[in-house]
Amino acid sequence: MAYLDANASEPLRPQAREAMLAALDVTGNPASVHAAGRAARRVVEQARETIARRFGASAESVVFTSGGTEADALAVHGLAAGRRLVIGATEHDAIRAAAPGAAVLPVDREGVADLAALERLLADGPPALVCLMLANNETGTLQPVEQAAAICRRFGATLHVDGVQAAGRMPVDLAALGADSLALSSHKLGGPLGAGALLLGTAAALVPLIAGGGQERGRRGGTPSLPAIAGFAAAAEQARDGAYLAELRDWAEAAACRVGAVVCGGAARLPNTACLALPGMRAETQVIALDLAGVQVSAGAACSSGKVARSHVLDAMGLGALAGEAIRVSLPWNATPADVECFVVAYVEMAERRKARGFAPNR
Amino acid sequence: MRILVAMSGGVDSSAVAGLLHEAGHEVVGVTLQLYDHGAATGRRGACCAGQDIHDARAVADRLGISHYVIDRQARFRAAVIDEFAATYAAGETPVPCVRCNQSVKFGDLLELAGDLGAAALATGHYVRRIDGPDGPELHRAADPARDQSWFLFATTSAQLARCRFPLGTMPDKRAVRAAAARLGLQVANKPDSQDICFVPAGSYADIVAKLRPDAVEPGEIVARDGRVLGRHQGIARYTVGQARRLGVAGGQVVVALDAARRRVIVGPRSEGSRQVRLREVNWLVAPGERRCMVKLRARDVLRPAQVTATPGGAHVLLDAPALAAPGQACVFYDGERVLGGGFITAEPAVDAPAAAALSPPPCRPLGAANGGVAQR
Repeated sequence: MAYLDANASEPLRPQAREAMLAALDVTGNPASVHAAGRAARRVVEQARETIARRFGASAESVVFTSGGTEADALAVHGLAAGRRLVIGATEHDAIRAAAPGAAVLPVDREGVADLAALERLLADGPPALVCLMLANNETGTLQPVEQAAAICRRFGATLHVDGVQAAGRMPVDLAALGADSLALSSHKLGGPLGAGALLLGTAAALVPLIAGGGQERGRRGGTPSLPAIAGFAAAAEQARDGAYLAELRDWAEAAACRVGAVVCGGAARLPNTACLALPGMRAETQVIALDLAGVQVSAGAACSSGKVARSHVLDAMGLGALAGEAIRVSLPWNATPADVECFVVAYVEMAERRKARGFAPNR
Repeated sequence: MRILVAMSGGVDSSAVAGLLHEAGHEVVGVTLQLYDHGAATGRRGACCAGQDIHDARAVADRLGISHYVIDRQARFRAAVIDEFAATYAAGETPVPCVRCNQSVKFGDLLELAGDLGAAALATGHYVRRIDGPDGPELHRAADPARDQSWFLFATTSAQLARCRFPLGTMPDKRAVRAAAARLGLQVANKPDSQDICFVPAGSYADIVAKLRPDAVEPGEIVARDGRVLGRHQGIARYTVGQARRLGVAGGQVVVALDAARRRVIVGPRSEGSRQVRLREVNWLVAPGERRCMVKLRARDVLRPAQVTATPGGAHVLLDAPALAAPGQACVFYDGERVLGGGFITAEPAVDAPAAAALSPPPCRPLGAANGGVAQR
């Protein structure tokens, strides 16, 4: 068995597990005035400081959410303030669904956003809220966020950055990026499911999605999930740079390419992610064939019914038929050479079986 | 042996998965998502997947087998639903289940089986596959009430070789439900599916109207001699042989549909033809000239006939005239065995039924002692 679907969810880091177990025994609501409440509040505030320090923000700018999707939705709804929306063509559905009428910033064949197009888009029209991801979930392609931030500043636009896939796998610093907000997700860096954060770079006013009891300085109502937040912070402390995974990833990629795979994505990308198209074989068939061989990868965006939908990311990159024939191999923080070996054996067998059957590509 | 099982979420295919799993095979369940269930039922907010997909997953979980949902909406739309509407618009009566079997079921799923290294594809169809001296043969199910061989006539010999139909030998549906119950499957008492899967609550004309409005344009109901007898609300609502919705004197049925002039042509039920021409013929024996029985629709009697392969299809000479509906299938039987079949083609309109003068020969099944007597 090899779990190579880290971009869907990372395995829990042991430090996160410990922190969560400790937090489970903390009785009390962080909003309560008594001693138990203060103890609970201490857990949340320590986590807040950790997250702030790790990602280049101030503690008071950290808004805990239920996860990356809520952080993205909160940014789009809460920072827009009447601005028009501009989003990258390969953004995650967390952004796309929150910004249905947005102008779309095209990407090139490697999936990199066209900054000249961004300038043109911002040059005419009222102020905008721009959403651009740091790293793409399907291809790992990195976006030139710092340059985009400079352009946004020049035109008075606000920039929200979806850092969900990048955080923990490469250095991420909100201040250095020069963006206005950053969305993070706990389970994409080895923390538990059910926690995330929106970090605010400036004193920008944020309109809450959920007002509730005024928690998180009135920016996100609802009692925060202490254990999840504690685990999130502990994992963030551990997850700093995934560069050590690049060697394993490159091995998997090279082996796949020898039997006909095509690598999709940019030169600059996450060290753990490989997007591999196998011409003539449907992505869903590949995912199933590999799963039956004990190798867990994914393709496109998974619907709640579990079926594989065509990838809007690869379509936006103009890959044509390859867009329906690409899988994502994403190495978790604890990937081993044995995992990659397992993948390589299964992938080669799958590709050769296809070749032996000699069927015409089913497009 | 690794076997791919096409799981619809119903009791039949669930029982197949359970029985093969019990027999020690490595069962891989696959459920096809063929249409947006929420849109088809008109329920806002309903999941695109629908209850059947959830049931299939629950059965797979219960059995502890791998299960995958495969999106074939685009292909199903093109190969089945659009064709369904286009066939009606052309004045014919489609058989969408055959088109589905030809495309997504025995086309795509067999290809998937090959890609997954599965030795076979098993389905919940009630037919028997018997290994004969010249390879696999397709036979009617043991339970004549459930037999689905008519719907599988288009399955090619090569496809048949890799298919398994474990329910073909079941004595009846009760036995299948009992097997499902014994295996602890939640769907053991699930009601049978009705009608056409993508048609919500029997209003197939609505779907046709949406896709091909021309098929539901009003027109005239006329006699063979051209006398106008009434009006109709679209040729898609009629099929050759139909007596309902005509509003004309008793004993009259639809004898032809003229799509170009939007006319429903009626005549006496006895007005049939001995000649039936077929297109897209699939042979499960060597093509040639044969005496055999044929079945002109799913719930029809077996009729003795002479079938001759032609370059573009086949020519059927019925012993006794019958009303064959274009678009439907004509399937050839030798006793229990399916020899092949094809789709009925509309004949150019003939004013006088020439065949009526001939006396019908005795209606006796040929080629096997008990051929087809169980129908009706």
